[in-house]
Amino acid sequence: MSGFFERLTASLDRPVVGKSRLLVFLAALALVPTFFVPLWHMTFVAQQYPEGLNLYVYSHNLVGGDDGNDLTEINVLNHYIGMAELKPADFTELKWIPLVIGLIGVLTLRVAAIGTLRSLVDVVVVSLYFGAFSVWSFWYKLNYYGANLDPKASVEVAPFMPPMFGYKLVGQFDVWSYPAFGTYLFLVFGLLLVAAFWLSWRNPGPEPTLSNS
Amino acid sequence: MNKRNILRATLALLVIGLFVGLAACGKKPPQRRGARAGAGGTSDLANAALATYVAPGDLDEYYLFYSGGHSGQIFVAGVPSMRHIATIPVFSPYPGTGYGFDDESKEMLGEYTWGDSHHPGFSETNGEYDGRWLFINDNAQGRLARISLRDFKTKQIITIPNISANHGSSFVTPNSEYVTMATRMSVPFPEGTYADVTEYASEYQGIVAGIKIDPDDGNLTLGWEILVPPFNYDLGDAGKGPSDGFLFWTCYNSEREFIEGGKLEVTASQKDKDYILMVDYREADKAIAAGSFKTIKGAPVIFPQETAGVAYFIPLAKSPHGVDVSPSGRWIIGSGKLSPTTTVFDMEKIKAAIAAKDFEETIDGIPVLTYNSVREAEIPVGLGPLHTQFDGKGYAYTSLFVESAVAKWKLPPYDDGADMNQYVVDKLPVAYNIGHLVAAEGDSMSPDGNYLVALNKLSKGRHLSVGPSIPESAQLIDITGDKMKLLYDAFTEPEPHYALIIKADKLDPIEVYKKGDPEWPQHPNAIWSTEEARIERKGKTVEVWMMAVRSFFAPDVIRVNRGDKVIVHVTNIEQTRDELHGFAINEYNINLVIDPGETKTVTFTADKSGVFAFYCTNFCSALHQEMQGYFLVK
Repeated sequence: MSGFFERLTASLDRPVVGKSRLLVFLAALALVPTFFVPLWHMTFVAQQYPEGLNLYVYSHNLVGGDDGNDLTEINVLNHYIGMAELKPADFTELKWIPLVIGLIGVLTLRVAAIGTLRSLVDVVVVSLYFGAFSVWSFWYKLNYYGANLDPKASVEVAPFMPPMFGYKLVGQFDVWSYPAFGTYLFLVFGLLLVAAFWLSWRNPGPEPTLSNS
Repeated sequence: MNKRNILRATLALLVIGLFVGLAACGKKPPQRRGARAGAGGTSDLANAALATYVAPGDLDEYYLFYSGGHSGQIFVAGVPSMRHIATIPVFSPYPGTGYGFDDESKEMLGEYTWGDSHHPGFSETNGEYDGRWLFINDNAQGRLARISLRDFKTKQIITIPNISANHGSSFVTPNSEYVTMATRMSVPFPEGTYADVTEYASEYQGIVAGIKIDPDDGNLTLGWEILVPPFNYDLGDAGKGPSDGFLFWTCYNSEREFIEGGKLEVTASQKDKDYILMVDYREADKAIAAGSFKTIKGAPVIFPQETAGVAYFIPLAKSPHGVDVSPSGRWIIGSGKLSPTTTVFDMEKIKAAIAAKDFEETIDGIPVLTYNSVREAEIPVGLGPLHTQFDGKGYAYTSLFVESAVAKWKLPPYDDGADMNQYVVDKLPVAYNIGHLVAAEGDSMSPDGNYLVALNKLSKGRHLSVGPSIPESAQLIDITGDKMKLLYDAFTEPEPHYALIIKADKLDPIEVYKKGDPEWPQHPNAIWSTEEARIERKGKTVEVWMMAVRSFFAPDVIRVNRGDKVIVHVTNIEQTRDELHGFAINEYNINLVIDPGETKTVTFTADKSGVFAFYCTNFCSALHQEMQGYFLVK
């Protein structure tokens, strides 16, 4: 084990070169669509909503299905149980998440251009932290909305946690909540970085260019 | 592994990742309850088709009378085919039958051109539908109407003083002694008083009333009114068997407040419990006989503060809608729509609590019975329980608005300490958001236990699209077995609330007003031959005695001067069924429809000069197109 860390430490100052560089560049590229596609998707199905209501969490916005109307519908229904209105403006995450993704993208491009394995590790670590924090933040918000119900609401329900991953019955609604395309792109981003690291680490020394290989 | 392969593997990873992402993005959760998913017992389509198919020429087994809601009408359909057969206009003009165009129906409608009919009620004898009359309320103008089931026509519309928004109506006692009326939206008392909503708690009042039904001709007259707190009196029912002599209404907004901008949906939902108001109408009769009332705006009003024993409150889970008496009359079932339970009260316990003066408190002179002393059980039926019907086999069926389903559950007795969930024996999803439901003869003492109709508020996507004004949905359900089975989707115009189902052989409607039949006394202005047809002028009044028969009117020319008052009596002298005639004067907004043997009168002023054709609007014969005349205004 100590041998692994010694080798790792010894390798950290190696530049990221060749194919690894291409992979890191592709990873940065994979982040671009995350500004435009949803990161998370919740579906609410009830007998009287056979098509379901959809809620999409983007990095910068909350968007309802049916051209946005589903969010309004969800808010109308939630008012009976005294849940606060879900308003994109109230989610500070929607401001800092795109900024952080951008920063990570820039750092990743830096690694592709002039980076060492050390800076590659930094990007991976920062991204992991960012991912974990975002998921926690999402979980906290769901919990907050489900737990802070207006005591004067018409319908009294016990505080509840909407599902974050998987299925849950909430009132008359079957609710499914899963990561969406954007989150899978983050996964791809991470895998590409790991692959780039592995490639550079296992194949030290000057690399032939891709076109010559 | 060479470098090339590593690169390829990595690119493959990227591609796979993209596909996984796309797949996850497009992933649809399982649609467990779609219209065509087989949910709701429609899987056995062949049996459902057989159960509802009424072959050409065959007749349905039951009549279904839907309230027409704000159309102000009643819709008549057959069960099990669910075919719409006729519309009975009650509170709204209906050119189809000429209702609201002749003098008599115009006078009955008065100043209004619409009403909001909610809850039909049949006349009863010994707790069974007797097929004589159908009563229906107008929630908007505080009226009550009587329809004769002999000719399916509205015979009487009454208004009584002090009532505002007559919703808790029309519930009939087991021998048609009374039909109910009640205030849903409290207003200052007495009627016509001005008081700001800021004085709601003290100046506004509710009224519940007993309307007497004449046993011979069904004529409706006000029996008594009882002054009750300014709550919203909602649905009702009349007791039977052990509960005979009692009338029940649910009420909400027992917070007794209306806060401007405060949203009644919120302010009326603050207390955990609202009430069932229970009136002992025999005590009310006694109070009237003993003179214990005040005449206010012409109505005899009983004040519970001064007259004990006429009214009681029973606590019930908040914001209740239905209160329904079981066929035996012993179990009183109340549904608080914001609670996932339906509550069963025992009439024996209620009587015992009254005898023992087992009261929690008194509100405006009305004692509140101790909840735990009168409650038999709380049944966890599901979300949004509204209204309950019965099958006569020991089961109750409660509509669940929020859950959009019908719950079938067992009536008492229950085992001590049992988990009440076990008594909810079946649940059927309906499409969508059920309000009331109605079982065959479901309000009688012997429901038939075969058909149940779910009266749903939403029908989205269950029918050919007709634009945004979407019709209502009524679903026929088979309740003969352990499990409810959905048989058929039907759609109606807006907007049935409650409905009633009566065995077809209980009705014996006439199809012709037989000349000389004592049941249909001769109209004073009827004529039966062309010889009797005539026009008489008295000063500025022109009176016409006209007859209609295939395919002419006599007379067929009417000459008047502009400004004359014109009175036309039209008799359809046909004695053959389905030979209806119309009498329409173009550009005078007149369209009478006269049934065989019927006479109708229309009075109007000839205020437009010129020549106007009149003609038969209701197709009658091969030469129907020739059935016309001229109305000449000089």
